[in-house]
Amino acid sequence: MIEVRNLVKKYGDHVAVDHLNFTVEKGKIYGFLGPNGAGKSTTMNMITGYIGSTEGDILIDGHNILEEPEEAKKKIGYLPELPPLYQDMTAKEYLEFAAELKGIPREKREGNINGVMSTTKIQNVKNRLIKNLSKGYKQRVGLAQALLGYPEIIILDEPTVGLDPKQIIEIRDLIKSLGKNHTVILSSHILSEVSAVCDYVLIIDKGKLVASDSPENLSRIMSGANSLEMTVKGKEGEIRKALDLVENIEDVVYHNSIVPGACDFTIKISGQMDMRENIFFALAEAKCPILKMQSSNMSLEEVFLKLTDERKPAVRLTENDIFEDGIKEEGEE
Amino acid sequence: MLAVYKKELRSYLTSMIGYVFIAFILLILGIYFTAYNLQYASPDFGTTLSAVIFLFLIITPILTMRILSEEKKNKTDQLLLTAPVPVWKIVMGKYLSMLTIYLIPILITGCYPLIMGKYGTVSYATVYIAVFGFFLLGCAQIAVGLFLSSVTESQIIAAVITFAALFCSYVMDGISSFFSSTSAASFVTFLVISVLIALMVYQMTKDMVLSSILGVVLIAINIVLYIVRSSLYEGLIQKFLDLLSIANHYDSFVGGILDVSGIIYMLSVICIFVFLTIQCIQKRRWS
Repeated sequence: MIEVRNLVKKYGDHVAVDHLNFTVEKGKIYGFLGPNGAGKSTTMNMITGYIGSTEGDILIDGHNILEEPEEAKKKIGYLPELPPLYQDMTAKEYLEFAAELKGIPREKREGNINGVMSTTKIQNVKNRLIKNLSKGYKQRVGLAQALLGYPEIIILDEPTVGLDPKQIIEIRDLIKSLGKNHTVILSSHILSEVSAVCDYVLIIDKGKLVASDSPENLSRIMSGANSLEMTVKGKEGEIRKALDLVENIEDVVYHNSIVPGACDFTIKISGQMDMRENIFFALAEAKCPILKMQSSNMSLEEVFLKLTDERKPAVRLTENDIFEDGIKEEGEE
Repeated sequence: MLAVYKKELRSYLTSMIGYVFIAFILLILGIYFTAYNLQYASPDFGTTLSAVIFLFLIITPILTMRILSEEKKNKTDQLLLTAPVPVWKIVMGKYLSMLTIYLIPILITGCYPLIMGKYGTVSYATVYIAVFGFFLLGCAQIAVGLFLSSVTESQIIAAVITFAALFCSYVMDGISSFFSSTSAASFVTFLVISVLIALMVYQMTKDMVLSSILGVVLIAINIVLYIVRSSLYEGLIQKFLDLLSIANHYDSFVGGILDVSGIIYMLSVICIFVFLTIQCIQKRRWS
């Protein structure tokens, strides 16, 4: 569907995108992941033909974006980082303009506009001026514009920025439903979003592709061993003694627990065996009740941080803190 | 193209700019028309029009300043440039919408000679050729404004540089009288210009060989021409600067002459600047 070959973009001496190669297949949802300034938006701008590449080719369904721009652009709906809205138009006027610009035949236009307005739920604001709309509604009008004409490829640059949690969930569901009939590429720095929505993740750092796989595979590959988070009532020594009898346990790490009279442990298990039952019986025999037991693979955010910050441990700390705050909020919805 | 055209037209007519533009032309032209043609009873409408060409210094920037700079600033150009529409259609749609707005006061102005005709004899052919020339003159200056709006992101800067460019063009007669008209002076000036062209090419391409070859060739042509026919250089600066004075080419229309060279000049100015605008937008998509 989309083929990106050896893509390079330089701004003076600064290399924004550095020899990027990937292919996007039909009918899947792809997530672009990367820290700020990684080159996500630049790559998307190049795929949509907004800016030219310094080197390399982009083929949209076999059409080179620079050589046959009209053919290629017909297949793409694009929502840039900042929705390209004309402030002094109403939402309906704006969509009519965009539909005409995209060359949707006159007789289909009306139905098409109504269709995208109801999918993005902007029917009730269609006669209001865009400048008077809230950020969330502006974002939706931008999204409606990208969906006009139901192009085969839909490219969304940070589609959920500025939306409230309810809207975020709605938009995610919308993206998921789009993924059934369209190829969707979305960029985000919110990791839970990507792991919730995408079939395939491309992690970009400093203009280079550092990893590309499905979210499940990525966390499996990166974590190596699986591990368990546990809260157990009892003394540390007794629990450790009980756990010593269980096979396949590599390591037991003790943490202070917030529950009085209990201990928290992170237990690393070698191999892919499920040892939860064995641990349960071992602790039951020692009369140490298990208050919580949860298996944890390496989460996508850890994979992401590991991949993007391997070379710079100093930066990692600060970014880690920032991300962790964001993730907790995200996780609670 | 039609989508962009309609959108721009509507945006002019739903905001103040379009009305301010039309009202301002009609106000100034009305004052001059009353003073020259009604009060003074002159049947020569062409002179009235040529007296108000200073008008373009103010109204052209008003009309053109936001046309492309605003798109760039608000990032709405992302919608236009990622739509399956070639750049030239977008630019033409915008240019034609401006011409349509400009045509409204011109059509109203077209009624003025009819008023004069009620009270005396008016040579309609002469008058309407002058009006036609006036229209072309406006189109050419709007094309300049269009181009200058495409080089910057700020409306204010676009307005100021459009004003400056049109003002220089307007007072070009005065500027050209600063220069000596002897052939030696022209020769030296053109040598300097050759070097400047070579430097500009070097700035753009960073190719030392190409730009130095170009510079040397240009200088050699100048020297050969100067040695072979030095009379060619007499008053050449003035001729060259005259080309930059857009309003000068309106003069023959005033007298009622359908001046072909004038028409061709205006059309070339329009084509050059519209072309430059398209290139200016496309440049970023290729570099």
